[in-house]
Amino acid sequence: MAKYSFKDALYRVKNPDNINKYKAWGIRIIAFFLGLLVSGIFASITLKTNPFTFYGTMITGVFGSGDQFMRYLRDTAILLGIAIAIVPAFKMRFWNLGANGQVLMGALASAFIAFYLRSKVSPAIQIILMIVSSMLVGAIWAVIPAIFKAFLKTNESLFTLMMNYIAVGIVEYFIMVWFPGSGSYIYAVSKELVKMPNIGGNVYILPILVVALLTAFMYLYLRFSKHGYEIAVVGQSENTARYIGTGVKKVMIRTLILSGLICGLMGFLICGSAGFQINSDIVEGQGFTAIIVTWLANFNPLVMIFTSLLLTFFTFGSGYTGSFYGLTTTAIADITIGIIFFFIIGSEFFINKMNMRMMKVGAYNIDKGGKK
Amino acid sequence: MWITFLTGAVDIGIALLLGCLGETITEKSGHLNLGIPGIMSVGALGGCLGASLYIDWFGNNVVGLFLILFCILMCILFSVLMGLIYCVLAVTLRSNQNITGLMLTTFGCGLTDFAMNTPNFINSSNVSDASKYFINWLPFKDSLQGLASLFFGRGVLVYLAIALAIVAGFVIKRTRIGLNLRAVGENPATADAAGISVTAYRYIATCIGSAIAGIGGFYYIIENSSGGVGNYTNIPNIGWLSIALVIFTMWKPILSIFGSFIFGALYKLPTSISGFGVILSMPQMKIFGLLPYVMTIIVLIIISALDSKENQPPASLGLNYFREER
Repeated sequence: MAKYSFKDALYRVKNPDNINKYKAWGIRIIAFFLGLLVSGIFASITLKTNPFTFYGTMITGVFGSGDQFMRYLRDTAILLGIAIAIVPAFKMRFWNLGANGQVLMGALASAFIAFYLRSKVSPAIQIILMIVSSMLVGAIWAVIPAIFKAFLKTNESLFTLMMNYIAVGIVEYFIMVWFPGSGSYIYAVSKELVKMPNIGGNVYILPILVVALLTAFMYLYLRFSKHGYEIAVVGQSENTARYIGTGVKKVMIRTLILSGLICGLMGFLICGSAGFQINSDIVEGQGFTAIIVTWLANFNPLVMIFTSLLLTFFTFGSGYTGSFYGLTTTAIADITIGIIFFFIIGSEFFINKMNMRMMKVGAYNIDKGGKK
Repeated sequence: MWITFLTGAVDIGIALLLGCLGETITEKSGHLNLGIPGIMSVGALGGCLGASLYIDWFGNNVVGLFLILFCILMCILFSVLMGLIYCVLAVTLRSNQNITGLMLTTFGCGLTDFAMNTPNFINSSNVSDASKYFINWLPFKDSLQGLASLFFGRGVLVYLAIALAIVAGFVIKRTRIGLNLRAVGENPATADAAGISVTAYRYIATCIGSAIAGIGGFYYIIENSSGGVGNYTNIPNIGWLSIALVIFTMWKPILSIFGSFIFGALYKLPTSISGFGVILSMPQMKIFGLLPYVMTIIVLIIISALDSKENQPPASLGLNYFREER
């Protein structure tokens, strides 16, 4: 390996991801189609259909009508929004498995305002109060594990996981307090609702616009701001961060506050788009799905648009397919997504291996980078 | 009243114990398998399928022992297959453990949901018939009263679970295999240098862990719910709670026996407390239901604050081992 001159070293600092970008995407696409094939075969056997009809109904489910398509985009926007919320934390290698809880607490804060202030203040003030309180509560829910991680090195993935369940319990508590007669804690509907502002006569536009802005902001924030740089350094190596004088604790807490603020905002949007209803399953585990969105996109907010469109295609489309075949649950969506993503997760190994090989043959020699 | 409460606590505790034990063994090898809820669901599916098939085949000539063995075998088969998916992805292909685990949970819960709702796949009356063989495996069960019933009148899987926990505790703490396993979880590079096969240990630990966790899911259906197949929807909750229990018991199988009873008691407390003359409103019961999670967080904080070497998670938990990157 000693055949490189100093000059080589100076000029050859390149990110392997760029060199092999096309090859890497090639591998991912092959894996994706293998996954499609296997889950198609699975669906064919169990539902006694063929893969083409199976995926055909899925496509009809998504693109069948204008309204369906808009709902598909809205669902994508919500998922993407949660993914945008968690991406700075994940880039910092902070395993926030608690987005479900953070979004849910945000939604609860909105419902809380809706319940107690519904006929007392004007709708505009009410909406503003909802947004502010949702974001605050989301941030509080996210920053608690961050503080413990920063000062005591408490394992954040387990901590945030537990916080999800506490959030669920708190929501169920409030629903029972608010609607004692209903006996069920599944749905709580507040009457005399404040309506979400609708833009261009379409209720789906607002979340899409908000998330588009958030995505742009997060891309710029991570790519060009000093904060974004600090996040990247802490994620690469905490020691390096300490040596260059970055306050790791400060970065961690600040990033999780940002993450929680956006989660809370998404909670407001979810709660609002359901007519300010709240139930403990309103987030539908999208906090977990969002992790997959960010990870597949290698933490790049722009690529996340694409991965969230893809994931939502399957959840949304399979929902339609399920009802087409008379299934009452989302099970077929879970199975399809599971199989396809086993393949994609597995394919990352071959991409890494390719990067390693390139490194050995000397295509680049300084920054080995690559995803671990 | 106490007996009913304690019995309920032990019964639900065993499901948590099995899940926790499976996850502890996996985590000892350095793998944070978040697929446990999915694996437990699929294990329950396998066991129920076994029960359904066996009674279909043999009808009136059921031999209790064979039925029990066949169900457990099916359950282990299904759970180990799930464990193998995890191993191939996370051990061999070194994929991200959290992502793989979450995906496995999505897949496993979906698969169980799908299979349980497929008509004519699992005969639920067969499963509830089979559950009698599990619960009443001891002929003298009905003659037992009170405390005797609490200790000696439980279903077969209860004793199996406690035995497994004791064996696992002994193996991990006292044998060479256990030492190697812990080495793999604490510092795989050192273990590798000492000639221990990191991959083999991680595969075997994850598969054994999956099998045990799967039995936990099956136990929840066949004994704790008396064969009520419809209760499968609650298994993921049990699974997440088991992962919490692993932290609560600080990765110690023997401790997890007692931890599981404490969690079981907390789980049962909201619904059983009225028997002690304390009347809780529904919302108050909900808040009580949060105790296991809150206690887990407190334990998590305490062990990280104490920073003692004994009670920490395995040092390389969640990290994959790349021999090339040493």
